Amino acid sequence: MKALLFLGCTVPVRNLNYELSARKVCEVLGVELVDDQSLACCGYPLKGTDQAHALTIAARALAQARAHGLPLVALCSACAGTLAEAEHHLAHHPEAAKRVNAELAPLGLEYAPGVRVTHLVRYLLEDVGLEAIRAKMTRDLSEFTFAPHYGCHYLKPAEIIGGPDDPEAPTSMGELIEATGAKVDNYPRLKDCCGGGVLGADEDLAGSLAGAKLAELNAREVTAMVLVCPFCNVMYEGQQKAIAKRMETKFKVPVVYLTQVLGLGLGLTPDELGFKLNRAKPKALLAAFKS
Amino acid sequence: MRLNDCDPGFKHEVAAEPGGAGIRACFACAACSARCPVGANRPAYDPRRIIRLTLLGRREEVLASPLIWLCSSCYSCGEVCPQQVRFTEVLTAIKNIAAREGHAPPSAKITAELLAKQGRLLEVTDFENDKRSGLGLPPVQQRPEDFQAILGLKPSEGEAGEEPR
Repeated sequence: MKALLFLGCTVPVRNLNYELSARKVCEVLGVELVDDQSLACCGYPLKGTDQAHALTIAARALAQARAHGLPLVALCSACAGTLAEAEHHLAHHPEAAKRVNAELAPLGLEYAPGVRVTHLVRYLLEDVGLEAIRAKMTRDLSEFTFAPHYGCHYLKPAEIIGGPDDPEAPTSMGELIEATGAKVDNYPRLKDCCGGGVLGADEDLAGSLAGAKLAELNAREVTAMVLVCPFCNVMYEGQQKAIAKRMETKFKVPVVYLTQVLGLGLGLTPDELGFKLNRAKPKALLAAFKS
Repeated sequence: MRLNDCDPGFKHEVAAEPGGAGIRACFACAACSARCPVGANRPAYDPRRIIRLTLLGRREEVLASPLIWLCSSCYSCGEVCPQQVRFTEVLTAIKNIAAREGHAPPSAKITAELLAKQGRLLEVTDFENDKRSGLGLPPVQQRPEDFQAILGLKPSEGEAGEEPR
């Protein structure tokens, strides 16, 4: 199994624990991730003000993936969503494809429909499969309970993402967590948005969106909250202290990436999975893995 | 509100933008507003109200409103809409028109300049690559040339790490 890795802007600079654990888990599961240094931004940051150029930038990445002949697999949900939307839009609007190709021609690139774009977590589920992942587990995590945060762009728009989750009742992260033997807490605010999309425009508003979920999880005694997106991480881990301060309270919600949980179940060590870089550390979990 | 002050062409202008056509299908049920997590925290932000103001032709009021920049782009409205308006996309169309008329927040210009300068949003220097190599991760590079060509922007002068003007 081979896929082209789309790292995006944030993960390779700010979320090395996510990248490291994703690469290690893929290695153990027999997935070869191909790197291409010329892949960079997906175009998402420009969409709100200049969607024509955002689309050309996304099409550039799609054209590069096509040249590799590989599925394009992203770690960031915003990248995965933006690229999937661009593929969908361009495949259904030949006039838009013609325009972006005129802009890509001087770069020696050509977009053509048919590139498969997905999030790494969905790739693991759909291409490796839950049974194969379960069969590789060597360490039982049944003493732990994890609270998944699916985030928005991992699930929606459903008509473009195309499953496997129902965005109003998602299960895919829970299934992967359960593959390690761990329990899943599907808490009431499971589907809440992290607010990361408005952090730049209104910090208070973003903080109140993330804060409601943090307050709920703080009271539920989960081992950790589990993420699949670096933007959600900015809110739940990076902003956790600032949000608590604004709400005049204290939170201790450990935050981990799904690939770190899977990695522990697959027999990798906390060091190999980059847990040293987690700031809201899952102390109970790490204590169990002290050698 | 005087009807004479409204611009009946505004809805057509929005509908002509990519993603904007859905506005024609809205029958004002407010499912979007009910499901919106931003509206739940900031009642002044109301997707149905933005749609109605647009359909009425309150062009300047919509384009100059700071509220249109508060969408978290969670797409919840689209999942519950019985008319497939796709409000997130409709609002993107509205924001794009607003940006062309100078209403975008200052961060928008900085984003384009960062991409032209770095080819990515966050700068990558030796510091980042040393950290990566210490963890056994391959280096990442800044290759802004394609982004400069696409955006038609030359990177601004300035010290590394300084925010472009």
